[in-house]
Amino acid sequence: MSLSVPAAAADPFADKPSVLEVDGLVKHFPITQGIVFQRKVGAVKAVDGVSFNLREGETLGIVGESGCGKSTLAKLLMRLEEPDAGSVKFRGEDFLSVKGDELRRLRRKIQIIFQDPYTSLNPRMSVGDIIAEPFKLHPEEKPKQGIRNRVKELLDLVGLNPEHINRYPHQFSGGQRQRIGIARGLALNPDVIICDEPVSALDVSVQAQVMNLLDDLQKEFGLSYIFIAHDLSVVRHISDRVGVMYLGKLAELGTQDEIYSGPAHPYTQALLSAVPLPDPTLRGAREQIVLQGDPPNPANPPSGCRFRTRCWKATEICATQEPELISRGQITQLSACHHAEQNEKVIPAHG
Amino acid sequence: MTESQTSTGLTPGTRPGDAPLLEVKDLQVEFRTKAGVAKAINGLNFTLHAGETLAILGESGSGKSVTAQTIMGILDMPPGKIAGGEIRYRGEDLLSMPEESRRRLRGVKIAMIFQDALSSLNPVLPVGWQIAEMFRVHRGLKRKEAKVKAVEMMQRVGIPGAEERAGDFPHQFSGGMRQRIMIAMAIALDPDVLIADEPTTALDVTVQAQVMRLLKDLQTEFNMGLILITHDLGVVADVADKIAVMYSGRVMEAADVYEIYGKPGHPYTQGLLNSIPRIDDEGGRLRAISGLPPSLTDMPPGCPFNPRCEFATDRCRTERPELRPVADGHLSACHYAEDVYAGTATRTRRPSPTGAGMIDVSEEAPQ
Amino acid sequence: MSETHRPEARVEPIDSTIEPAGEPAKNKKVEEASLLADAWRSLRKNPWFIISAVLLVLFLSMAIFPQLFTNNDPRECLLGRSRQAPSAEHWFGTDIQGCDYYSRVIYGARNSIAVGFIVAIGTFIIAVLLGLVAGYFGSWVDAVISRFTDMVFAVPYILGALVFLNVLESRGVREVAFVLIVFMWPTMTRLMRGSVISVVNSEFVLAARALGAGPITIMRRHILPNSLGPVIGYATVFTGIIIGAEATLTFLGVGLQLPAISWGLQLSDAQPFLQTVPHLLLFPVIFVGLTVFAFMTMGDAIRDALDPKSKK
Repeated sequence: MSLSVPAAAADPFADKPSVLEVDGLVKHFPITQGIVFQRKVGAVKAVDGVSFNLREGETLGIVGESGCGKSTLAKLLMRLEEPDAGSVKFRGEDFLSVKGDELRRLRRKIQIIFQDPYTSLNPRMSVGDIIAEPFKLHPEEKPKQGIRNRVKELLDLVGLNPEHINRYPHQFSGGQRQRIGIARGLALNPDVIICDEPVSALDVSVQAQVMNLLDDLQKEFGLSYIFIAHDLSVVRHISDRVGVMYLGKLAELGTQDEIYSGPAHPYTQALLSAVPLPDPTLRGAREQIVLQGDPPNPANPPSGCRFRTRCWKATEICATQEPELISRGQITQLSACHHAEQNEKVIPAHG
Repeated sequence: MTESQTSTGLTPGTRPGDAPLLEVKDLQVEFRTKAGVAKAINGLNFTLHAGETLAILGESGSGKSVTAQTIMGILDMPPGKIAGGEIRYRGEDLLSMPEESRRRLRGVKIAMIFQDALSSLNPVLPVGWQIAEMFRVHRGLKRKEAKVKAVEMMQRVGIPGAEERAGDFPHQFSGGMRQRIMIAMAIALDPDVLIADEPTTALDVTVQAQVMRLLKDLQTEFNMGLILITHDLGVVADVADKIAVMYSGRVMEAADVYEIYGKPGHPYTQGLLNSIPRIDDEGGRLRAISGLPPSLTDMPPGCPFNPRCEFATDRCRTERPELRPVADGHLSACHYAEDVYAGTATRTRRPSPTGAGMIDVSEEAPQ
Repeated sequence: MSETHRPEARVEPIDSTIEPAGEPAKNKKVEEASLLADAWRSLRKNPWFIISAVLLVLFLSMAIFPQLFTNNDPRECLLGRSRQAPSAEHWFGTDIQGCDYYSRVIYGARNSIAVGFIVAIGTFIIAVLLGLVAGYFGSWVDAVISRFTDMVFAVPYILGALVFLNVLESRGVREVAFVLIVFMWPTMTRLMRGSVISVVNSEFVLAARALGAGPITIMRRHILPNSLGPVIGYATVFTGIIIGAEATLTFLGVGLQLPAISWGLQLSDAQPFLQTVPHLLLFPVIFVGLTVFAFMTMGDAIRDALDPKSKK
């Protein structure tokens, strides 16, 4: 039992209730041919059986390379795309089957922040109108102090000058626009915010400001985040737990410390070892796992384990049997690899 | 700034007798915009030697990409305008050279790779043909010979099945492979200087590592001078020999890579290094630089970084600091460079909690 | 340097000395970005817009109040003064029937411009509705609308008009306009559809959907304001095209009929006398040309002004 004690200590959210439970989520995009009469000739398996839960006040990071399905996952969780299978439960209520007013009520509780601050704000609407839109769509949430005052409060909250309420998006820089997007996301007092690459379009010096802001807001309002990003350093910094996605599936899921200090899945190890460290003195000191080739086509993923075509550990079983995402032996985090083995040396200890 | 400072400052570890491959002196580039004249580059100096990697580090609007375009001679003019300075390639000034002779250098002796390979390659021509064209146009090779050379180049940059894939079109390759093809085109004619403008920004991290490794290998093989233009502090730490940190069209700090990361001599560099989340470091609040870069058409008086600087004083708001040596081979454009370098600078302000502005330390309520 | 950042309540005033990048500090006036305010700001600085606006005001007043421009009755004709050259009394000379040609050209503006406006407005309504529905809903709705659009697009309007207008006994402004609408809506519809598609996948539309906005709200508040720009510009250019098209049809003998007065009829009548009395052709040509030029230039200016990408 000696192992479970540090693991529990490393996971401060272990006894918190789940706000979001995702089970077996699947989304296949049909590939069609023909213009008038469309025939289905295949399917891109963008998300292919993803399960996890998100607990109150927690940040769950989802990392993966482009095409791994992480952005589709965000859209599924927002019901911007309808999944082919699986369930999403918000505090026990089935979010995917609700309709009408019930759906509107649940929508208020789950909000999203988009990647590109240049396209996520309507250029023809003033900042005041953009942030007030949630109240217009949900009149029952109309703030007591009046919409305009509430919008000013929200601007102040995200570090913008409330006087700028009548300005238009093009008058703001990227970082400021992202703050506007965050204010819109906060307007309806949500419980969960899905952050889809919220800082990847920002400059380095502004990225940190926005991450700190997200951090502060989480503490202040007890928000739970799903933080989707491709930048492993950013995800480590902001997340309590991390899920690593590869070709529509979770390869590994565990606490931030488990994933970064002792990654068990070969893909996680390769991913982490490829991140350059901002420290020239470590040059050559790290062993980099260089993966061969590119990720396979998600329309036609390999049999068995999807990573096996690029994996140096692959054996026969990997081609025939799909590894489940489970806790394996002494490894506390969940990993989907038949040959899971923790490697503590992928990232050298800092300091 | 004097010339001796330039050469001593920016060429640490230079072997005597080495003529610089590329020398940029007091380069000034302006853009005419509706809002006024934007000084995209305001006095840029550096030298580059064979086999050396210079990283130009900066955020968007810092002038780093304009620098690359100006050296290549592909700057859009107008609205761009070279307002002054020199760019010397092996002692010859490129800016005063007739366009004809400049074109003979472009792509041949000075080559460039871009961030977005898909839009830099011609979508309707096979990639093999595009590489072969370099040999046909510049080397006068026959079709067959050029094709053989093209396949060789594709093999060299690590494209599997090069011979069969030479007939494929750019969109049939993955992002990483396209970047390799663009690298093959750039190095086809054995250039002396290779400018890489954000070469791996659009790539996934595992592919990024492969491409950076390839670039380094090729640099060693061909003894090229490499100018790496990027905002990624991790990539720079991995490959650069020396670094110029740009901000608002000016070089804020320039030194050897170990100096920059170990003992930064400018508050901006220091701020950048402190603000990035590190993969070997968990949690905690990031030490963000507050505020935003200034508009190029409306620069603050004095130091361009002063509105965001934690050490700024009245002097910083009125007097523009020159780039000057703070240690051997280490230049910094800060009035308090020595103090920052030694870690003894006095902090006058700190960022406001939301990170949008600054608060004077003296105005803080006593705790 | 060792100071750590304490998480603290946000009580300090936000520092507002740092203005957004790209905005000069002196320009403190808040600039509107609503479709029209935005367009107007850039239009009034455009000399081509001013030239075309002056011309259009001139032609429009000609169409509405021709009496302001001439005291002569265009229908007061004396065969005795047929085909006179321009003189002080008859500035543009007289036509075959001996009518004052200046007043006829002035009175001709009304029918030509009326056809132009009716067709442009009718087409605009069809194009915006169909384009919006096709672009927003996509899939089979789009497939049906787009293929139908393509089918109509494939018919040259002159052919369609020749067939249809030929069977009509009397053809006035209404008939000609109707036929032109029937055969000329596809181009603008395609433009609208493309414009909607470029907006419909924007993240701000996703953001509105994520907030629970319905299709009508999204189309009205998010898609229309961002997709109408190019279509409004084209509709203006299109008015000029239609004025040319009306003249063409009338010239071919399937447009307006006498005794109506229109530039197309004047062109048609003048054609046999090109060598002997060239001014009969010259004056309507100048007027048609200037009107078409004015609409096209205005349309171009509007299109540029409404295109957010053309801004720095």
